Amino acid sequence: MKALVWNKPKDIRCEEVPDPRIEDPRDAIIKVSSCAICGSDLHLYDGFMPGMEKGDVMGHECMGEVVEVGSGAKHALKVGDRVVIPFTIFCGQCDQCRRGNFSVCERSNRNKDVSAKVFGHATAGLFGYTHLTGGYAGGQAEYIRVPFADTTHIKVPKGTLTDEQLLFLSDIFPTGWQAVVQCDPQPEDTVAIWGAGPVGQMAIRSAILLGVKQVICIDRVPERLAMAEAGGAIPINFETESVLERLSDLTGGKGPEKCIDSVGMEAHATATLDAMYDRAKQAVMLESDRPHVLREMAYVCRPAGTLSVPGVYGGLIDKFPFGMVMNKGLTIRTGQTHVNRWSDDLLRRIEEGQIDPSFVITHTASLAEGPDLYKTFRDKKDGCIKVVLKP
Amino acid sequence: MSRSLSRHAYDLPPHRGRQLAQGLGWFSIGLGLAEILAPHALTRALGMRGAEPLVQAYGVREVVTGLGILGSDQPRPWLVGRLAGDGLDVATLATAYHDGNPRRGSVGLALAMVAGVAVLDFLATEALGRDERRGGAAALPDARRRMFADYRGRSGLPRGVQASRGAARDFEVPRDFRAPEAMRPWRDGKPANDAAVASVAAAGSKPATAVPASGAG
Repeated sequence: MKALVWNKPKDIRCEEVPDPRIEDPRDAIIKVSSCAICGSDLHLYDGFMPGMEKGDVMGHECMGEVVEVGSGAKHALKVGDRVVIPFTIFCGQCDQCRRGNFSVCERSNRNKDVSAKVFGHATAGLFGYTHLTGGYAGGQAEYIRVPFADTTHIKVPKGTLTDEQLLFLSDIFPTGWQAVVQCDPQPEDTVAIWGAGPVGQMAIRSAILLGVKQVICIDRVPERLAMAEAGGAIPINFETESVLERLSDLTGGKGPEKCIDSVGMEAHATATLDAMYDRAKQAVMLESDRPHVLREMAYVCRPAGTLSVPGVYGGLIDKFPFGMVMNKGLTIRTGQTHVNRWSDDLLRRIEEGQIDPSFVITHTASLAEGPDLYKTFRDKKDGCIKVVLKP
Repeated sequence: MSRSLSRHAYDLPPHRGRQLAQGLGWFSIGLGLAEILAPHALTRALGMRGAEPLVQAYGVREVVTGLGILGSDQPRPWLVGRLAGDGLDVATLATAYHDGNPRRGSVGLALAMVAGVAVLDFLATEALGRDERRGGAAALPDARRRMFADYRGRSGLPRGVQASRGAARDFEVPRDFRAPEAMRPWRDGKPANDAAVASVAAAGSKPATAVPASGAG
């Protein structure tokens, strides 16, 4: 089959790889009808996440049709079912899964020892996202093997909704949703969201639907800010405006109660001292992640507020003002998304017409065109916000 | 046609240009540190005693441009800076390339090295410049071009933004996702979530969420 394969940083190719096969009774094979490039795939593309190996199949946002089911998954799936595949692989039986903490499933990461060495304890297996999270082949391919398939799926109706409306249940929609939910949104809250990429866009719509008073979005790319404004956010372009002054003006000098970092480890602030410091340290490998957004959020957030971090960080950050966090009594909520914890509710909201997540798609192409589009997406060229590939 | 003399004979593909730029970034940092830390050794070898402060200043320039190249998504401007620096180096070395300098041979060698590195700087600058001019996506076929140039109409909220505000207020934030009690807002002199607290207390030790029997399906 054809798949997008990671060879080395900045080198992803569309290549022929062996077809997946059932390896465990709980497996299923899915024929992928649509898949997407995620912002967090760019951390792999740029080589900032450790644990990738030559030949790894990329992708953790995909959906399609079940074409083969292992004997241990037949109670939940059958050939022909239409499914969205959540990016977190979970067993549904361990202590964490029983609490709904699917992204830290204790059983689905087959490279637990490596993960535990890096993170202290192992986290869940993820599709197409380094050997720290199991080294599972991803979904930017014609077929994908889904481990623990009896739990790791979101069954969706046939015919009534398009792939484009459903695909993002796999990651960015629940990720944006969880980012807001873990802020515990209140009607009087101002929610400030850094990053108007796909997760930031979903977080904006989630905050609007959840009924907060005011949503603010901070970015520098005009078309992304335009899309944020269309979704109900007040845009701040950090290249042409002072983020601190605007946030102060918009909140009566008190600061936003809730701050969301949907940027992560590759912040692109260009004109601040700390951003240049991070660039220099990262360049000589003395720091793995650039935490400009985290510092800014800690600074502007109203005391007793919440910092929510759906943006991906991979390793070490420097000069994070923890004294500020402690003295202001801030709450920090982080984590990969427990996708299936929210998927029933979000699917219902799509079916009821509360939201149509396809708004974020800017590019649709074949799998073979994927490698070029990685670069386009990374460079934010051609108005690119979200790429969907059709294998 | 032979490409030996054509304009494109020295063209590097963009990824090679980026690799070369990375190498030049590290080279720049290494050379800069040597100039900052051992200026006397360099001036002695080149017969340029007394020029140590200048050499150290050049070292700072090299380190800054090196960090700029390695740390930037768009390193081309930093490479242009390196090319300008190469010109400065040549001009400075040229002042020591005269018969009265017993180290004239070393200066000549240094000039040749600077010229060689300048060629590499030029090749990398050109390769990245071509990539930028091509704009990646600018060369894409129509099928891959963006569907809309203007995203101001893309709310993603079919009922409109105003009608959608609070449409999901039926959603109850799970207990384990709520902010600590002391940090929740107060209304009318009481915690705003009194009702929610009461419902949680009534639920006792019930798990925060139920696991779907088979995913969400």
